[in-house]
Amino acid sequence: MKLVFQKLKEKLGGAVLKVSEGPAKEWYVLAAKDSILRITECLTEVFGMRFLFLSGSDTRKENGFFTLHYVFSYVAQDQFLIVQTRVEEKDPRFPSLAHFLPQANWHEREVQDLLGLVAAGHPDPRRLVLHQDWPQEIFPLKKDFESHNKIPRVAGDYVFERVEGEGIFEIPVGPVHAGIIEPGHFRFSAAGESILKLEIRHFYTHKGTEKSGEGKTPEHLLCLAERISGDNSLAHAVACVQALENLGQIEVPSRAQFLRVVFLEMERLHNHMSDIAGISLDVAFSFGASQLMRIKETLLKLNEQLAGTRLLRSVVTLGGVRPDIPEARKEWLVEEIKKIKEDFDKTIQILWQVDSLMDRIEVTGTLKKEVVEVLGGVGPVARASGIDRDLRRDHPYAAYKNLFFRVPVFMEGDVESRMKVKVQEVYESFKLIYDALYAMPQGSLCGEKKPFLPSRNALGYTESPRGECFHWISTDKHGQISRWKVQSPSFANWPLIEYAVLENIVPDFPLINKSMNLSYSGNDR
Amino acid sequence: MFRILKKNIETGKVTIPYPPPAGKTPEGFLGAPEIDPAKCTGCGKCIASCPTQALTMADRLTENKRFFHLSYGDCIFCGLCGPVCPHQAISFNGKYNFAARTKKELRLEFSFSLPECRKDTAFIPHDALPLKERKEDSQGFMRGDFADRLSIEETGLKLKDKIQRLFGRSLHIREVDAGSCNGCEVEIVNLSNPVYDTERFGVHFVASPRHADMLLVTGPVTRQMELALVKTYEATASPKLVVACGTCAISGGMFDRNYAVVGGVDRSVPVDVYIPGCPPRPEAILHGIFLALDKIPAVKKD
Repeated sequence: MKLVFQKLKEKLGGAVLKVSEGPAKEWYVLAAKDSILRITECLTEVFGMRFLFLSGSDTRKENGFFTLHYVFSYVAQDQFLIVQTRVEEKDPRFPSLAHFLPQANWHEREVQDLLGLVAAGHPDPRRLVLHQDWPQEIFPLKKDFESHNKIPRVAGDYVFERVEGEGIFEIPVGPVHAGIIEPGHFRFSAAGESILKLEIRHFYTHKGTEKSGEGKTPEHLLCLAERISGDNSLAHAVACVQALENLGQIEVPSRAQFLRVVFLEMERLHNHMSDIAGISLDVAFSFGASQLMRIKETLLKLNEQLAGTRLLRSVVTLGGVRPDIPEARKEWLVEEIKKIKEDFDKTIQILWQVDSLMDRIEVTGTLKKEVVEVLGGVGPVARASGIDRDLRRDHPYAAYKNLFFRVPVFMEGDVESRMKVKVQEVYESFKLIYDALYAMPQGSLCGEKKPFLPSRNALGYTESPRGECFHWISTDKHGQISRWKVQSPSFANWPLIEYAVLENIVPDFPLINKSMNLSYSGNDR
Repeated sequence: MFRILKKNIETGKVTIPYPPPAGKTPEGFLGAPEIDPAKCTGCGKCIASCPTQALTMADRLTENKRFFHLSYGDCIFCGLCGPVCPHQAISFNGKYNFAARTKKELRLEFSFSLPECRKDTAFIPHDALPLKERKEDSQGFMRGDFADRLSIEETGLKLKDKIQRLFGRSLHIREVDAGSCNGCEVEIVNLSNPVYDTERFGVHFVASPRHADMLLVTGPVTRQMELALVKTYEATASPKLVVACGTCAISGGMFDRNYAVVGGVDRSVPVDVYIPGCPPRPEAILHGIFLALDKIPAVKKD
């Protein structure tokens, strides 16, 4: 990393104000506000770093400024670089990166809505998180905002971008959908059956989760993290607990690390099962749907027998895990997983030969690699478009560095590729569970708890079934949690769907949506 | 085609009987906390461990008594209170099937003599307990912004007999997510899988509120979903039933007392049945739906 900083200083001169080392694999660069764009250009183009997310926090009490953290991943050295910059209250503008880095678009709009800072030069400064009936001067993440105050509703309007021309009509869908899914609004502009434009409008399930997390005890924060996105409960909880463990410099025993892998892969299994079932259901092939939903139910029951909850809640705790898998149950679990694998295998073999399914999923909802790259797509969606990216391998956490697995990548970027990625990942998960169970050493389940370091930041991350999930936690001078930023994979992937549906027909939208299977609640928080 | 048939025959029948055999709890399931009043000394140790204030205590000095409450409508089944108890009075036995018509039925109350409590070494005095103001006290959150849209006929007059006569045979449900984390949706979708297969009872999930007899609402009702929920309620033809599914839908759960959340479905639309759980098991959801219909097949309410 020293080399990186040396080069940065050479290139940018006085723009880099300070360099420091964080708790785990994190490096911090304090930079002047005006040089953010130049630094980002340098980091991404010269060093090949990848922008992950932007987190803004109100640190006026500590240093008189708002602080922005731009988090980058440096895969070559398994490190994270965090560029910090300060924004004064008197001049709340910060330079927008969205022209250079389109994936920063939503991040900057979120900072605008929740903190009241202004992204100067943003191509689309409309409101994102807070809808039109929120008063203009309400900024929930400011420290002087009282979370339990009821906010009056004001009149306002949200203007959708319009496509105009002869024969073009709009189809509004949501927030209450026809299926049993979460709420969100989709506005299609179509000519005949063909979709010309889709604009998504989300954040209907915005629950102020990040604000609720401030000042919570670690156990209670974990309960909240488990409820960010219900089907990815454990992935969020592990990301959160890893950030907390960095803050407290808590050693997690090796056995707990392996158990975390087992449970995380169990979670991936039931998620992918229901995704593939959903694709099958959306093309009206009910055999596949009911077989896979049955397998999913078997997996949920297995979760329950191992951990006490079907969605793997209450599994992790600060410093380790709560349930153990004793030696006596290991063989039983392996047998159960083997049975499930056989069952899954048979069903999938049939699915690949069904013409009515294959006809619908081939070349449907194609996402080009360039689009995914530019918009910062993650997870199975990115891997189906030829982007080889997986946190478990690139920035290994828990016990993943001790285990071998393949990362399936397909090139076409259509629904079929996304389904293939998920099917292959299911096989890898089976293997990871066997390997982790057999490689698991004896030992305690939970490390010693320690108080958190004061005035520090820490990053925790997992590759959830939907993709990269980051939790970023800051403490105040008493070691209390003062800011909790959650970057869910859905937040990164939702903008992609606007491109995936183009030139497809409206009836294929549910299929494309299901193949990406993004969480609304994880996105909206 | 023959492979499909073969696989189907190999799989056989997987649907489980409902109601589940009496007295049998799902293996390994944590379930809701149960308190043994004989062991509990009212020390107050568990109160701080609860993330949603489902456990509360109040000292009434005039009566020299300490009151202890457990509200299943707030409980998220996290299991944090169990290990904290110095007297092993809190146990988890997989209890899950307890939907109720009123929130009061979901509340347990014990009382202890205060001097007796003080004798316990683990005793925590009243002012040291994290007793924030009760939700009912906080101004402005009592009713949702759009509750006034509903006329008295819609909220007040529930023609129970008529509903039962009409819905006696089959039931069409519209599911509304009013801001849940999608945990409840996972379990509601599971209701239609071959294992639970609710269609065998004539329970069917429909695509529009205009086709529905019942709204199954999940989530704490976010500020941004409140209007959509009320409009969905209005669009449902009368007579109609509303079931609040999951702890968030009952009390706001983990998300209560927040700027973006109304906190409980009944602050926006009238609710007939509450189903506790985070998320409730599929059997518990089915039990709640049947309870709303007064059509409980001989299941023991524990």
